[in-house]
Amino acid sequence: MTPTEKNRPAPGNRLDKPLTPKRSRLEEFWALFRKNRLAIAGLIIFILFFATALAGLFLTSGQNPVFDPAQIRLQEKLRPPMAKANLNSLYPADVPRLGIYLFGTDDLGRDVFARMLQGAWVSLTVGFVAVGISVFIGIFMGGIAGYFGQILLKMDHILISGLMVAGIAFMVTDWVLPGILFFILAVVFLLYTVRAKKNARNLAKPAGSGFLEINAFSIDTLIMRIVDIMICFPSFFLILTVVALLPASIYNIMIVIGLTSWMGATRFVRAEFLSLREQDFVAAAKALGVGNLRIIFRHMMPNAIAPVLVSATIGIASAILTEAGLSFLGFGVPPPHATWGNIISDGKRFIFDAPWLTFIPGIAILVVVLSFNLFGEGLRDALNPKLRERH
Amino acid sequence: MLSFIGRSFVQKIITLIFVSIVSFLIIHLAPGKPSQADPLNPKFTPEMVERFRQAFHLDKPLHVQFFYFYRDLFSGRTVSWKDNRSVLAKIWERFLNSLPLFIVGTILTWTLSFPAGIRSAIFRGRLYDRTTTFLSYLLISIPGFFFAYILIIFVVTRFQVPVIGMETFGLSNAAWPNMIMDRIWHLLLPSFLGAAGGIAVLSRYVRSQMLEVEGQDYVRTARAKGLPPDQVHYKHALRNALLPFVTMFGLILPGLIGGSVIIESIFSWPGMGRMAYEAILARDYPVILTVNFVSAVLVLIGTFISDLLYMLVDPRIRL
Repeated sequence: MTPTEKNRPAPGNRLDKPLTPKRSRLEEFWALFRKNRLAIAGLIIFILFFATALAGLFLTSGQNPVFDPAQIRLQEKLRPPMAKANLNSLYPADVPRLGIYLFGTDDLGRDVFARMLQGAWVSLTVGFVAVGISVFIGIFMGGIAGYFGQILLKMDHILISGLMVAGIAFMVTDWVLPGILFFILAVVFLLYTVRAKKNARNLAKPAGSGFLEINAFSIDTLIMRIVDIMICFPSFFLILTVVALLPASIYNIMIVIGLTSWMGATRFVRAEFLSLREQDFVAAAKALGVGNLRIIFRHMMPNAIAPVLVSATIGIASAILTEAGLSFLGFGVPPPHATWGNIISDGKRFIFDAPWLTFIPGIAILVVVLSFNLFGEGLRDALNPKLRERH
Repeated sequence: MLSFIGRSFVQKIITLIFVSIVSFLIIHLAPGKPSQADPLNPKFTPEMVERFRQAFHLDKPLHVQFFYFYRDLFSGRTVSWKDNRSVLAKIWERFLNSLPLFIVGTILTWTLSFPAGIRSAIFRGRLYDRTTTFLSYLLISIPGFFFAYILIIFVVTRFQVPVIGMETFGLSNAAWPNMIMDRIWHLLLPSFLGAAGGIAVLSRYVRSQMLEVEGQDYVRTARAKGLPPDQVHYKHALRNALLPFVTMFGLILPGLIGGSVIIESIFSWPGMGRMAYEAILARDYPVILTVNFVSAVLVLIGTFISDLLYMLVDPRIRL
């Protein structure tokens, strides 16, 4: 018997094996995605950018980096791109590694190529960490709102959390004593309600405690109102305010961008969860006694993740733009460290004499952000089930 | 209808209260004190700082400060810490400067993106569609400040007209046609830059909306009974595709106070964005908080109007 004959199912027992789709989900996605040439270009640029940023991290950091972005050579200032280093006026140690200034030099004679390499890593990490934070919060909040949203909060929950928040707020401001008092009150109250719930039958309820059992509003309402509140803030202005008031650091920027952009992901995850919750496979999983966490992460999340992935890709693009804008205004990463935004910001005074200081980082930002946007849109089209049926 | 209005009104008031609390806390709990804004200034003696703290209630506990601030805001007595002028008068003055930018920008957005979006939906997959698609991605992706510099270099070297500021300095007694042309040149670039992202996003949205309607059965029927293509596109399809955009009239309202910080600082335009930026730099808390509050109010009013419009234009929607 030849191997091909062995694999071929006998005509009678065709249904013995599970009937898998001809193409896996990933293959189908890739077949759709490949047709979109712009998206493929975006993906390629994205991979190149990733490699460049990684290389930049290794080549520009350390004690004696290959390309030193902070090396000042005042006699070589504002040299155009591809200019040869003037070997007569430089110490041997100061000569750039390649012998030429690939992207020219800035007003302090620093090598723009080295600074661009260093800045690539900053853009990459800002984009990914900020979006990572926002997607994490978005999935968490959206998942709770979508899955547990119908649970009603009672008055005692609200009172306890209100007391706790008030206590912490008082402690953060200068009123330590009342803060501790509020906090202790909240904990005592919490312990009391837990005990009262446990032996609800035996214990006689004190008069007037009935209002604690009133249903106030659902968890879904609570989370969506928080989203509404966050949407009311003008986001760039809020980011600017917080970054300006906090000490300048790249981590603050990432965190602030992440904390102000999770609302979209929350809405997507919630909407997906609301529709998935009612579907049969979730009911089946529940009937089999699968735990809530496993249902959420193993069964529902893979089906809900597509729109989040798309919005995350586009979110990275907008986070890179926001960081560049902040750097441009002078609120970005503190000075000796180069970012693409602050190369433009430093170079804008020489825009007519040294246009490469504006154009090289500007075009770099444009190309990277464009690649993320194109890739994200390609993802959206390829993941869209409506389009999938048509092809 | 009435119950919807009442319910959303109450909801919006509650949201507004929380927004005001959160923004107040963010500003006041951030490290650094407004009274230390300028420690190197020799006029800033400890007695001065103490007087400053007392005059603006900074020595009071936080919740008292909160109460004082919003009492002053609602009675219109809030003053800027920087120059002691009324905050509302300051905002009004800057608002009038930003208004032309907003109006021209909105007109540009709505007049450019609709024809572009509709045409690229009609010519789907053809060269025109692919070009506009790529152009709109380009407009979304380009950093505003970089685009601004490209346009400034282009306009200044090609047309030899000054574009920085609201008008050319020293031109106040020129003939009025010159003055008007001067103002228009100064207005055009920043408002186009402010509108660029909006044009791109809106034209994509118009395209997808139009495509969805073009796939409906009644459009196919109209085509099948032999109507001329223009009538099918512009009479049958477009009218229904326009429905969601009516609601967007509400959503442009927050743009009134937005004012792009970056564009306004590049063009030295004394608008809202610049004022907010300067207030942040000077730690002028009343101005920051008032701008924040007003913009939150505008966002809430905008969503309210768009909900109402949605109900009016689409009888299928019941909120």
